Amino acid sequence: MVNRPVVGAHYGLKDWLVQRVTAIYMALFTLFFVICLLCLPEFGTQEWQEAWKDLFASWCVCFFGFLFVLSLCYHAWIGVRDIWMDYVKPAGVRLALHIVTLLLLVGYAGWAVHILWRPLA
Amino acid sequence: MAEATINKPAPKSRPKHLDLVRIRFPLPSIVSILHRVSGAGLFLLLPFLLCLLDKSLDDASYGHFVECASHPLVKFLLLGLLWAYLHHFCAGIRFLLLDAHKGLDLPCARKSSYAVLAVSLALTAVIGVKLW
Repeated sequence: MVNRPVVGAHYGLKDWLVQRVTAIYMALFTLFFVICLLCLPEFGTQEWQEAWKDLFASWCVCFFGFLFVLSLCYHAWIGVRDIWMDYVKPAGVRLALHIVTLLLLVGYAGWAVHILWRPLA
Repeated sequence: MAEATINKPAPKSRPKHLDLVRIRFPLPSIVSILHRVSGAGLFLLLPFLLCLLDKSLDDASYGHFVECASHPLVKFLLLGLLWAYLHHFCAGIRFLLLDAHKGLDLPCARKSSYAVLAVSLALTAVIGVKLW
């Protein structure tokens, strides 16, 4: 008989919750951002470029956009990891894919922060 | 019901493998698998989107960005990503509602999955036409 304690298996619930909380945050940010986009002038014009740059220089986009980036990366990490766990069975390959995914997402987060906070520099 | 399942042996003729060509996905499964596909697509093309955003905000490469964004192939890719985002968004909201035990019965679940497909495709069409 395996006498396994029923504690220490809460990471699944935590990830489940994080995936949903980040999803709700990103959905709200998306609605806010779409409203901002609707207020922009016609795409491709000089005015559009100015308004686009001003939008990304605003503290709202710098601050909440940063949270969006963090949410996106955490959300994507859980989602992509679940895909690997569902379809890739060999432990070594799966571990390698997990590591690649993690490194890519951390890199993307750094890149996105560099883009977002450039107007602040 | 549960007892009957336990007592009866499974019929011998039951298929042992899933014949993916013959299986017909119910509508909620299609929405679910497309949620995964769209999520994977968005993850894979994230560097492309970051690259475009980077170019669009930099004075030095803004011209290159406009050139890129008006290329038919890039437009097509962006339209695909737009659909992926919208589908992931709508299906995600549906899953959140299901998590909250809203609309769990079959007729309701079918209707909501149909709505997800319809709304995301319609919005993609509308925004696509507007941007093209």
